[in-house]
Amino acid sequence: MAISKEKITEITDDDIEDLAFGCALLGTGGGGSVGGAILETRSAIRKFGSVEVVQLKDLPADGLVMPICGIGAPTISFEMLNNGGEAYLLRQEVERVFNKPVVAIMASEIGGSNGVEPVMWASRLGLPIVDADTMGRAFPEVQMGSFFVRGLPLTPIILVDFQGNVVTITPTSGASAESDSRAFTIAAGGVALMADYINPAATMIGNVIVGSLSTAIEIGRAVRGSTDPMKKLSLLLGAQTLITGKISEIKRRTDAGFVRGSVTISGTGIDADREVRIEIQNENLIATENGRVLASVPDLISVLDTQTGAAISTEEAKYAMRVTAMAWPCDPLWRTAQGLKTVGPRAFGYDIEYVPVENSPR
Amino acid sequence: MKLDLRVGMDVGGTNTDAVVLDANNRILARTKQATTADVRLGMKAALSNVIRSIGPDAHRIGRIMLGTTHATNAILERRSLGRVAAIRLGAPASLSLEPMESWPRDLRDAVCVDTCILRGGHYVDGRRISLLDEDGIRKFLIGVAKNVDAVAITSIFSPTSPEDEVRAHEIVKEVLGSNVAVSLSHEIGSLGLLERENATILNAALFGVVGQVITAMQDVIDGAGLAVEMLLAQNDGTLMALDFAKRFPILTIGSGPANSLRGAAFLSGLSNTIVVDVGGTSTDFGVLVNGYPRESAAAVEIGGVRTNFRMPDLLSVAIGGGTIISGTAEQPIVGPKSVGYRLTSDALVYGGSTPTLSDALVVEGRFELGTHNVQASELTRLKSALRNVNEFIADSIDQVTLGNTHLPLVAVGGAASLIPDDIKGVSQVIYPENGDVANAIGAAIAWVSGHWQGVVQIDNGFNRAVANGRTMACNRAIEAGADPQQVEVIEQIETPLSYLVTPTVRLIIKAAGPLNHL
Repeated sequence: MAISKEKITEITDDDIEDLAFGCALLGTGGGGSVGGAILETRSAIRKFGSVEVVQLKDLPADGLVMPICGIGAPTISFEMLNNGGEAYLLRQEVERVFNKPVVAIMASEIGGSNGVEPVMWASRLGLPIVDADTMGRAFPEVQMGSFFVRGLPLTPIILVDFQGNVVTITPTSGASAESDSRAFTIAAGGVALMADYINPAATMIGNVIVGSLSTAIEIGRAVRGSTDPMKKLSLLLGAQTLITGKISEIKRRTDAGFVRGSVTISGTGIDADREVRIEIQNENLIATENGRVLASVPDLISVLDTQTGAAISTEEAKYAMRVTAMAWPCDPLWRTAQGLKTVGPRAFGYDIEYVPVENSPR
Repeated sequence: MKLDLRVGMDVGGTNTDAVVLDANNRILARTKQATTADVRLGMKAALSNVIRSIGPDAHRIGRIMLGTTHATNAILERRSLGRVAAIRLGAPASLSLEPMESWPRDLRDAVCVDTCILRGGHYVDGRRISLLDEDGIRKFLIGVAKNVDAVAITSIFSPTSPEDEVRAHEIVKEVLGSNVAVSLSHEIGSLGLLERENATILNAALFGVVGQVITAMQDVIDGAGLAVEMLLAQNDGTLMALDFAKRFPILTIGSGPANSLRGAAFLSGLSNTIVVDVGGTSTDFGVLVNGYPRESAAAVEIGGVRTNFRMPDLLSVAIGGGTIISGTAEQPIVGPKSVGYRLTSDALVYGGSTPTLSDALVVEGRFELGTHNVQASELTRLKSALRNVNEFIADSIDQVTLGNTHLPLVAVGGAASLIPDDIKGVSQVIYPENGDVANAIGAAIAWVSGHWQGVVQIDNGFNRAVANGRTMACNRAIEAGADPQQVEVIEQIETPLSYLVTPTVRLIIKAAGPLNHL
């Protein structure tokens, strides 16, 4: 991902729509709808004030950074909204367990609603938020983050629900972490707030995707309301247009909370007679044309409304929508051997070799 | 005396249309009048016009079916809305965002008396979130008693566990008496707390508006010396009895396009087709499935507020007969502005100076209109604008059909000739006679419906519960005026509820039938 030159230092009420627009785009089709997060975050900023944005190096070396994400079923989170006090309890428990103050929070995942909500929690806690995340996009599984790749300590994991129930778990493996936190989430009614990979700021330096918040906000500022959104995106992110056309076929099924299938885009205008197919597992993973791979995970593939540049999620995609598929390079961390092992095409069950999108044949 | 005639009336933004139909659905009279600022005048003009046309047969009129945009306009213009107290049950969940907090400021100011979030509500699996705070509800109601017109109650997961809303309704009756109207969210919308709550509050704010429409229409009817029964059109293309309409005024929103679709079905004799309704400023594309409008699954925004109540699935575009053409002859720009009701003074064919799509249609010989010829210098631009519109229409049709090609297309509305007779992906384009008053006809021929909904466990009692629900829905349709001999279940929706120990579905049954003979 292109790293933004201008770093954001503060997020105000006026930035939230831009942030959410960028987070939806970085969600590469997944990450959950940002609509509810916009309302809750704007409400919090109006009541509790704007949020300071910091870089890891500006924090006290041994101060704890608390990465936050919501877990559970999106359909339930649309019905059972947050209490608002969840993050206080999370912070309290972290400080009790580690016996050290939390100096900042961070988004575990910048893509989708999980990129927006941490700003609400930061506002409510009066804490700064780190301009970084662990994915630079959205991924479906907890271990698909930079901290896992770099082997940072994962535990203890702390979860809290809207009733104020707090649990601290110290699982022995990634798989146990997944199943234990899921068990709590079900007991909590289907949604919970989680902090994991809680570490001192100094430990995190070099192990995060830097500039994620700035990038998301910049995407929103540049593209929202622009007359040529695709050009803005290609300048900002080094994004390439895979095809411009209309959605001609959608195959989609939901199993175990995952959306799987494909979206086919038939070209129009200069792309007439072309056809690009995008494979989906919650996120857009692989784009092919006549069996030839144009782009693949971990590079980012987004399907955008051709007119507005707004991201279209895999759930919103509908037949005959006018769309442009764009792809751009992921963070270099994902292109390392360990990175590709974790989130390369084979990690999602596709038997193909990863080729960086900028080197793919056009 | 035979009461075998009925009047269908549709009050739209631009025109108030009325038709008179006999028992065999023959059109005896029709009129198109301008909608007036005081809508009463337009309704009166339309009714007296058709009454005059049928002369001494006027006393045979037994029913009037009214479709109206009053509710939509009241929300858009923040006018005549009731003052609502909103109760949400589900604390400690959802405290992070208050009811109406995300509404446009002026709409909230017009509607909101006060809001509260109290203990109550359920988890998805039916467990309680917390015990219902009955004292809190009483205290809140006493505080708002002086200023409140209506109360809206929304409980978390009420579509699956409605009991706290039902109990809170009883408390409202205890504290405020039966005169304060109450809107319960489980009767209005589906899952999605804020969208359902918004729809419930809007419904509560509209009790007065729809009450006034009913009174106004009654005045017009009385003024015409008629003694007839009135029914209101709702947005699924059926009619509701007045007592139902008074409880669910929000269901009149979208009834205009729904009427057009049903009217188009009747006029063309088709029940599975695409319908396009072309007006002066906008065009609606919709799809008829088994004679009824396909419903939208997506959230619908009304007056800046996201809601999730039932609406017809429409694609509305800002193109109509009055749409202004600008730009150059090589690259004409179509819309989005329209001359609207000033068509007869501003359009070229009326000697004005604003090129419109109606001018382009006259030039192409597809429309006969106006008093003046179009200057030769304008011809190229008008023709190429129309070519762009044709492409746009084909695109829009492609979008609403979801790739289902070779359906016929029925074009209705005042400017139906804007739709070309040869469109890719459409088997045939039909321009039915009287298509310009399809909405009023749709209201007049509509069936009357009744609903039943409940949560049913899939066990030995399931079939009996379903049969009971079907009977209840039919009985309600009959109470509303449907012919007992012909009423039938037209829709049965089963939504599985996950996470429950016993498999359970939410069941919605809709019955409808033609009106009985008076």
